[in-house]
This record gives sequence, structure tokens and C-alpha cells, in this order.
Amino acid sequence: MMKAAVVVFPGTWSDGDCTWALQNIGIDVRKVWHRESSFAKDELVVLPGGFSYGDYLRCGAIAQFSPVIEGVRSHAAKGGLVIGICNGFQILCESGLLPGALVRNKSLQFRCEDTYLLPGSDSPFTKNISSNYALQIPISHGEGNYYADERTLNLLEEQDRIAFRYSSAMGEVNQSSNPNGSSRNIAGIINNGGNVLGMMPHPERACEQLLGSEDGNQIWLSLLEEYL
Amino acid sequence: MDFELLQKVAMTRDEYDRLVDMLNREPNELEVGIVGALWSEHCGYKHSKPLFHHFPTEGETILTKTGEENAGAIDLGDGWCAVFKMESHNHPSAIEPYQGAATGVGGILRDIFAMGMRPIALLDSLRFGPLDDRNNKYLFNGVVSGIGGYGNCIGVPTVGGEVQFDKSYSGNPLVNAMCVGIGRVENLLSASASGPGNPLLLVGADTGRDGIHGATFASVELDENAEEMRPAVQVGNPFLEKLLLEACVELAEEHNDWIVGLQDLGAAGLTSSAIEAASRAGTGIDIDVTLVPRREEKMTAYEVMLSESQERMLVIPKKEHLDDVIHLFRRWEIRADVIGYVTDDEHVTIREGKEVVARMPVAIPTDPPMYSPNTMRPSELDDLHNQDLSVIPDVKNPGVELLNLLGNSNITSRQMIYRQYDHQVLNNTVVLPGGDAAVLRIKGLKQGIAVTTDCNARLVALEPRVGSSIAVAEAARNIVATGSRPVAVTDCLNFGNPEKPSVAYQLEQAVLGISDACRKLGTPVVSGNASLYNETPVGQILPTPSIGMLGVSDSSEDSLTIAPRENNILILIGADLAQGIESLSGSEYATQKLGFTAGKPFIDLDYEVKVQKFILDAHKAKLLTAAHDCSEGGIAIALGEMALAASLGLEAGQIDCGSRVDASLFGEAQSRFIIATDSQDSLSFLEKMLQDSNILFSVIGRAHGERFQLGPIDLSISEMREEYEEGLHRLLDS
Repeated sequence: MMKAAVVVFPGTWSDGDCTWALQNIGIDVRKVWHRESSFAKDELVVLPGGFSYGDYLRCGAIAQFSPVIEGVRSHAAKGGLVIGICNGFQILCESGLLPGALVRNKSLQFRCEDTYLLPGSDSPFTKNISSNYALQIPISHGEGNYYADERTLNLLEEQDRIAFRYSSAMGEVNQSSNPNGSSRNIAGIINNGGNVLGMMPHPERACEQLLGSEDGNQIWLSLLEEYL
Repeated sequence: MDFELLQKVAMTRDEYDRLVDMLNREPNELEVGIVGALWSEHCGYKHSKPLFHHFPTEGETILTKTGEENAGAIDLGDGWCAVFKMESHNHPSAIEPYQGAATGVGGILRDIFAMGMRPIALLDSLRFGPLDDRNNKYLFNGVVSGIGGYGNCIGVPTVGGEVQFDKSYSGNPLVNAMCVGIGRVENLLSASASGPGNPLLLVGADTGRDGIHGATFASVELDENAEEMRPAVQVGNPFLEKLLLEACVELAEEHNDWIVGLQDLGAAGLTSSAIEAASRAGTGIDIDVTLVPRREEKMTAYEVMLSESQERMLVIPKKEHLDDVIHLFRRWEIRADVIGYVTDDEHVTIREGKEVVARMPVAIPTDPPMYSPNTMRPSELDDLHNQDLSVIPDVKNPGVELLNLLGNSNITSRQMIYRQYDHQVLNNTVVLPGGDAAVLRIKGLKQGIAVTTDCNARLVALEPRVGSSIAVAEAARNIVATGSRPVAVTDCLNFGNPEKPSVAYQLEQAVLGISDACRKLGTPVVSGNASLYNETPVGQILPTPSIGMLGVSDSSEDSLTIAPRENNILILIGADLAQGIESLSGSEYATQKLGFTAGKPFIDLDYEVKVQKFILDAHKAKLLTAAHDCSEGGIAIALGEMALAASLGLEAGQIDCGSRVDASLFGEAQSRFIIATDSQDSLSFLEKMLQDSNILFSVIGRAHGERFQLGPIDLSISEMREEYEEGLHRLLDS
């Protein structure tokens, strides 16, 4: 059975939602406090959304120095699976586990709304998701505008490491479907090793039809299939 | 006694003399500070409490006695309960909108988790002056960012609320924050300091000089020098509050046998918190201010006792579990310090080291003077009632008028506000903001809850008693439109200076009007707050008794939204389609045309109850596919909002609008809903039910296509959408 370790920093708030979504599809979950630092080799490490340590500085800037991130680094280096959602994505970028940075939304305002994501990339997180279907998954952030220099962006494209792009419901990737000004509509990227995913939208919120969408489950199901 | 000090704490000479009589001696400065804070309007409710006995407060599912705890608790069944309360943070928001609003949210959250419940939803009822004024824009932007800044960071969804604009709120915005929490009934905590010898444990933030005299500041009119009161506004730290929340909820859920009481520190800080907890338990308290951790040097006992530094809680552990409780808070990386203990002498004793610096019976600060209202009905009300509305010529181009209303500040889409708030975190929001009420599921329970806030202050101004009943009825209609049963009410009574007879009249009549409607609808008032003295040099605010309502949905999965489906039949319930001129009373449309609000508001509460019961019965019989209440902007706006929510046009070009087209389309008669149903069979059932219960109705037409055709109106959905969705942006950018 697949197991997940959901990391809790002081100020994290998506730990409960991630736990709920993962347990609903039969994944065993334990919560890991920010002072711990060891993970089992076969655990999926989840860095959930929230405001770690208050994020009064740049988002994720303090979390990168926490003991648990040391554990995440070594887990990732050994090929272990890591997913950072929202604040988790910001932390992965701040820690250097993923390239680029997440800056203030172009609107300079917080945004909580549905977005549509066109999956790409041949990673364990996305491999079993149909690439011609836009996933309906909400965002909730003030600093989700993905930025990287041209060289990095080109490299991400060449290496097929853009996991999700913001699109319209019909799957068109264009300016009007970009909710925060992200470079090349990037909503999520994968590391060079293919085992670390960072994304701004919240798949754990799109986990039941009752809440408006269950498209987020496709990421967990893709991982589950990989594990079978 | 130093007259300046009395002024600082807003204590009158007579009140001071009363205090001297009660003490049988002259009080010292600290004692005046303590008593002044607790006798302020904000803490002592001296002008409003004498009216509260009118409120119905009891019901089968009500678990708390109104006013005795931090919030009201409702039994949801199967061992679960919900607690909720609304509170104002108007004056702080007037001078420091971001922090004023943010700490308003922080404060109401603490009221909820002080009861051991997990906060699951926030709502905000807001009022501002018109957005064509720069200062109002600044206040609006600051308040909206402040609410988002706190709520988004702490991870409690902001799922609803309302915002209205009127010139009377210029410079005195209203920020009423409501919070709902849920938990197991057995985990409900009391804010009581019982068991002499038990320690008083102060947890959370260090104490600073911020917010001193905040309670007093909330109890006086805003004058030209209000800006100087900026230091009375506190600064929020939602991150710390998130840790406090988790620690307190864990304490309640897993170790509530370790403590006897939990109380938040709000207005008047440690003073009100400790004294109220002692008063509830019939005990005394003994506090040494040198034990209070501080963030600033050389603070006096006065400053420590009256500081309103945020994110602090007072825990009263059983003495044998003190170490366990301290350990729990430390695990959440929160400071916890013993600052005193519970006594059996029914006195409040404040020490600074060994020296006693204040001492008096608990009964003195908790017994504020009560003033019965000296009321006078304003004579202009009758003139406004008698205003001949037929001086307004009937509408020539109703399509243009509808577009205008869709872009009107009081009607236009609130999406640009609520998309700045996380309204989905915690994975419970089933019906999202943008409709009538928000619906939240409760994990592990079939029942869900519906929440809303409402108040059409214009109608309250025209006839306070009727207008306040309408505010309750409309809140209930919002709940019913989602298929949920209205259960209980919290209120925030925002008024001007109650020492003025005309304001006292509004306040008294509003309490009576709320009581009338709550009795009829079976929704007791379980918690609330009064915010008086909402006046600036240019005048007083519209009387605004904001109503927060909680409803219960028997099955959150079956909730209704306002969006009909393709080919659904739309029916107006509660009235004939053709309306007379009186339907324009107090309406947005007539206010625009006249340049002022006039007419006589009217509601038949028995009929209202009957109509609401019909909607719930029809929902239970699975005959409805959507429902929406009719309020500002009349049926044209209600139908327009439904069309926009569904992205579907309307085929209703053949309806007969009678002799006054404007009254029929834009009039705001009460007790009306628009419902949708999906078949002729269902329609026949519904018609039978309506005839049997003697409820008026009128079949309007069909949801279909891309054009909105309603009588003489023929517009495209896209042009309507542009007005509706761009309305607030346009006003803010202008």
C-alpha cells in the first residue's frame, strides 16, 4: 500500500485537506512536524499549502532552513517522491529543489478561484493523466506567479518538465487563462530527476464532486498506478 | 479625580460618583481604568442591554444561554454542535482599515475556539461610503485586504457576507465579522474561572502597549482627531493565532478534563477576560502584573491590564494539570505563563510584585450602569412614508435600467471581493459565495450548515421595526433558498449615538423588529454585539442591525444553488408578477430615481413563514432545481443573477407587467423567491401545493439560449455579464 507523509510547518493549513484527499483514495497518511527529518524510502512526501512560519518574509524563505527540509532534500536525492502544493511549491523553489521563483500575482491581489490545467510531462505524477483533458483544480494564493529566466524556461520545456500549464476549460493555453502572470502559463514543474513536483493549484481541494471537481485525484491515482 | 482620566475611559462624572459609592472610597487610577473599560458601551452594553430581554433566546436545539458565553451554540444532532457569533470592528477599521479589519477577524475567531470548537467559516458584513470618494476607496481596499490577509493566512475560509454602500457610512465604515465553529457537544468549553487555587495561564502573544483604550474608543463618536487614536488599533499576527487555534482545539478535543475554563482576550484585554471569567464562576482572581510577559519595557500595571494586544488567551487549568497544559502549548511553540490564580473571595486583586495596586469586588466592574432609552420617533419618517412614489414616471427603457442596476454598487457582482478570500480551505464549501447563502458540509455527518448575513439598512431607516424584521426575514430567505432550515440568529447592532432620542428610537424599534421576526421564524438570537456611537462630524450612519443566520441542511449534498439548468421552468413565488407602485418603497431603483429613499416598507411575517415553508417542502419533495430570493433590484435582478450564474438566457418575453412596469420588474416587495423546476409534471405538483397553501405565484418562463427576454427587456447575456462583473472594478478604477 502506498504511504504518504504530510509535512506540517507552524502555519500550514492544507495538511488536513491533503490527508482527507489521500485517505479517500486509500493512501495511508502520517503527519510529520517540521522538527522531524526522516522519511521512509517509499513514502510520498507532501509539502502542503499554508503560510509556513507566517511567511512574513518571502513565502517559503524561512521554511527552507527547517530540519524537515533537510530530510526532504535527502529523500529527494535518493529518488523519493516529493510533491509541493502552493506554499509547498514556494518552499521547494526557495530550497533550490526546483528552479525559479514564485513572485506576487500580477494583479497584486490574492486569488482563490477555479483554474484549468493542461497536463504535460512524462512523470510519475502525470503519466496516467490524459493530456487532452484540462483538469479543473482551484488556486488560492497571493504569490503564485512563476518566474524563471529564459534559459531555465527553455530547459524546462526541452526536458519536458512542465507538469501543468494554466489553460481555458477547453484546454487553450493563452493569456486570458493565466490567473497570476506566470511565465509561459506554468502552474507546476518537475525536477530533473522526475521525482519532485511543485504546483500552485490545490489538487487536494478537487477531490470530490460535492466540492465541484474530483480532477485533483488524477495525480494521486497516477502515482498509485505507478506503484502497483 | 483627574477629569482627563475619566474622559480617556469615557466615564461620566455621574458614573464616577456611582463607582465611589459602590467602593465606599475614591478609586485609584488603575481601578478607574478597569471599571471604565468594563463599563464602556463596548463591554458593558449600558444602552443596549436593557432592550435585550425582548429577544427570543430559547429553542430546543440551543445549548447556551445568550450572553453568558463567548458565542451561541446549536445542537446539530448526532453529537455535533455549531457555535457562531458576529462582532463589530468599526472604529478601528475607520482609522486603520487593514489592521482594523484583520484584528476584527482575529477577534471573532478567538471567540469561537475559546469555546473549544474548530472555526470552519468566516463571513463579513461590510458598509462603506460611495466609492467615488478617495477615502472610501482607501477604506474599502484596506478592509478587504485586511480580512483576506488574516483569514487566508490562518486557513479558515471566508465563505460569505455582504457589502452595501451609502453616503452615511463615509468615514465610518462598518466591519462586522462572523465566525462559525463546529465540534462535538461534549467538547464545548466554558469561559469560567472556577475552582479557587487553580492557576490563571496567559498563553500566546506577549503584551505590548497596543490597543490601550480600544474598548473606550469603540464607545465614542469619531471626531476630527480620530486619526490620533491610531495607537488604539491593534496589529494582528494570524500566524500566531493559527498556532493558538490548533493548541486550543487540541486541548478541547483531547484533554478538556485538564481545564476548567478558556477565555479569549478581546476588548479591554486581560481586564475583561479575567474579570468576566471570575464573574461567571462566582469566584475571585488574583493577578500579579509582573508575571505578564511583555514586549515593551517599563509598562505600568495600568498598561498591562488594559492592553489589547492580539492573539492572547486565558486558560484556567486544574492545578494538577498545569504542567500538562503548559507542555501542550509549548509543543505548539506558544508561550504560556502563570500570571495569578483563582480565589474564593469574589474580589479582583491586581498586584505589582508584592504590592496590591487594585482591589475591588468582582461585582463592581461587572455591574455597569444601565440606561433605559429616551426615545423619540423622528417626525420625518411619516413624511417619507407619505412620499408619492408615482412622481417617478414609469420606466421607458427597462433594458437600460436593468444594465444600470447590474452595475450598481449595491447590486453588482461581489466576485472581485470574494476571490481575494480563500473560500475553500478545509474542503467543506459545497455552495460557494456568489449565491444566497454558503453551504458547508460537515465531514462524517449528513447534515450541513448554511450561513449568511443580511441587512437592508435603507428599509430600517424608513421604519426601524419593520425594516429590522425584513432583515431577519431576508437572511432566512437566503438560507431557505439553499434548501436549508433557518435555525438561529446572531446580530450586530450598528447605530449612532444612543444618547440621541432619535437613535435610541431606532435601536429600540430594531430590537423589537428583530424579535418579532425571530419569534415567527423560530430562530432565537443566540449571540451578538452592539456597536453604538457610529457617528462622524457629518452625521450618523443608517441604522444597521446586521443579521447573521445559521441554517441546517438535512443533507448538504442536496443543496440548491441559484443556477437553473437548460430548459428549466422559472416561477415567481410569493406574489403576483404585476406589482403596484408601493412595491418601489425603499427600493434601489426608486432611490436612484428620487435621489433619496422613501416609501413605507411592509412585510407580513405569517405569510413570509408560509412561503419559506413551501420552498422547503418543495425542496424536500425534490421538485426544485434552483432557488433565489428576490431582494435589491427586484425580480429582474433576481432572474438576471440566475441567468448569469447558469450562463443561460431567459425566454419570458410574454409576461404581463401590469400598469407599472418599473414596480413589477424592479420593485422590492418582500416574501418572494424565484424557483426553477425541470418538468411540466413537477410544475403541476408545485401549482397544486401553492394553491393549497394560498400562496401567490406566477410562471415566468424558461431558462434557455443566450438572450435574456423578460417582458419588454431583451438583452444578451454577455452584455449583462459585462455590467455585472465589471461593476465594482469600474467604480474602484474611476
